[in-house]
Amino acid sequence: MTRTRNEAELKKIARQTRRHIVEMIYKAASGHPGGSLGAADILVALYFGEMNHRPDDPRWPDRDRFVLSKGHISAAYYAVLAQAGYLPVDSLNTFRTLGSPLQGHPCMLKTRGVDISSGSLGQGLSVGNGMALAARLDGKTYRVYVLMGDGEVQEGQIWEAAMTAAHYKLDNVCAILDYNNLQIDGKVSAVKEIMPLKDKWAAFGWNTIEIDGHDFGQIFAALDAARAAKGKPTIIIAHTVKGKGVSYMENVADYHGKAPDEAGYAKAMAELS
Amino acid sequence: MADKVATRVAYGDALAALGEKYPNIVALDADLSKSTMTVTFAKKFPARFFQMGIAESDMVDTAAGLAACGKLPFVSTFAIFASRGWEQIRNVVSRAKLPVIFALTHAGVSVGEDGASAQANEDIAIFRVVPHMRVIVPADAAETQSCLEYLVTHVDGPAFVRLGREKVPAVCPPGYRFELGKALTLQDGADVTLIACGAMVSVALDAAKLLAAKGIRARVLNMASIKPIDRDAIHAAATQTAGIVTAEEHSIIGGLGGAVAEVVSENSPCPVLRVGMPDTFGESGKPAELLKKYGHTAEKIAECAEKIMASRRQA
Repeated sequence: MTRTRNEAELKKIARQTRRHIVEMIYKAASGHPGGSLGAADILVALYFGEMNHRPDDPRWPDRDRFVLSKGHISAAYYAVLAQAGYLPVDSLNTFRTLGSPLQGHPCMLKTRGVDISSGSLGQGLSVGNGMALAARLDGKTYRVYVLMGDGEVQEGQIWEAAMTAAHYKLDNVCAILDYNNLQIDGKVSAVKEIMPLKDKWAAFGWNTIEIDGHDFGQIFAALDAARAAKGKPTIIIAHTVKGKGVSYMENVADYHGKAPDEAGYAKAMAELS
Repeated sequence: MADKVATRVAYGDALAALGEKYPNIVALDADLSKSTMTVTFAKKFPARFFQMGIAESDMVDTAAGLAACGKLPFVSTFAIFASRGWEQIRNVVSRAKLPVIFALTHAGVSVGEDGASAQANEDIAIFRVVPHMRVIVPADAAETQSCLEYLVTHVDGPAFVRLGREKVPAVCPPGYRFELGKALTLQDGADVTLIACGAMVSVALDAAKLLAAKGIRARVLNMASIKPIDRDAIHAAATQTAGIVTAEEHSIIGGLGGAVAEVVSENSPCPVLRVGMPDTFGESGKPAELLKKYGHTAEKIAECAEKIMASRRQA
């Protein structure tokens, strides 16, 4: 699809994405608003300004792959897939309801445009590595983007996968770590410290870039730098605000997995108008 | 009779041969390629072999990524260590119905001297319960080769092929072709039925000889396809003979015995006695010693069959 890096345009899509997120989770009375709102800008940047993909041909073999390792932010994912043209926008109303293709956590067998099922944390980077190895075997130039959470790197498998990507010099892998320092039980640093993140990934053989995950200019500069880095995988540590765009959800761990009530919904939609 | 061959060795040879014909086959191993015998494939197709190091969970999901991009990955390690990646197998590979073949070796107590930590007696149970998963336990080298050929020509989601460390005799007739969901009748008989899988098939045939000496005609089924299982063959055994003895190198909980009992209890109740690993851990020892100590013997199978015959006479 035609890509754009026009900031005003992307901000508009991101705002609409956040409106969808709030509405989907409010209607479903369940879901994960905090992380969905926090990662919305990253997802919009990937699907509208970075990745080579065809919404009218979701299984196109040469497409860039996307792995939502933090599968719980499916609301943001579906909202972006719908706006990109993979899903009817009105299907977002069925999110998390019986019989819907829009499962609580992504299912590639049910949802058009989903490259891999996810939902259990710690696994997406390994999957992305496998996709990148397949690209190499087939002589294809597609890239693989893996979006993971910060609390997620408490999973040991992330570090197994980190070693695999470095060992196989997978420079077609670009991981993005959504760093908002909040997880279900509180601050990541209090639950189990993951810092120093940059040093850890560098020590594992990765090219590391640290950015503001809400600044489209910084996001694209990092994605460009990742593509230019040869011989090693890149991780973009993106500082984000959990709940971004809805004042009462920002930096509040409780909104990891809690739907807004009616008043909260109205307030959120007013703020996002 | 042909020489005895371990099913893991037959796997290594078959995988390397299939690699020739099917360029989308890749293999992954977690630092055990010389034991699982994926080394044969690795030598022949180095670019299509991925050494994952000692990282089973990562290996499972890496295979998922390869499968999602058109490859047919074979994942190998010891059966017990693959269970570390069970949740990965369940949540990514199977939920997405990706074609990943788990060819896992060193199943059962016959692993021997390495002891309980290396002896998988629970793997059939935990694989069998996963939706989309096919579970196959080949009995000999020919069946190993045949079931692998079946799987690469019937790509339909994931499969678990359970392989052994020790050499086993050939039990399948020449020209036999494995078919998913079909039991192989090795010997017909109308008195009692012995249903076995893997290395216990030849033991069951020995048991049938012991029974024959006492005038009991045993039907012997090789149930390599544990999931899907041959319900018709089980129903026939349950209705045409006095009862069933199952024999497997696995816990008597949740494996072949469990699967057979589930079918029997739903359709045609009859006595089902399970021979296999009791609800306990193994230990170090020579394979033959362990098989004997933990009751994986022809005598035990025959004894169970006689018990069924005796209970029928009393009824």
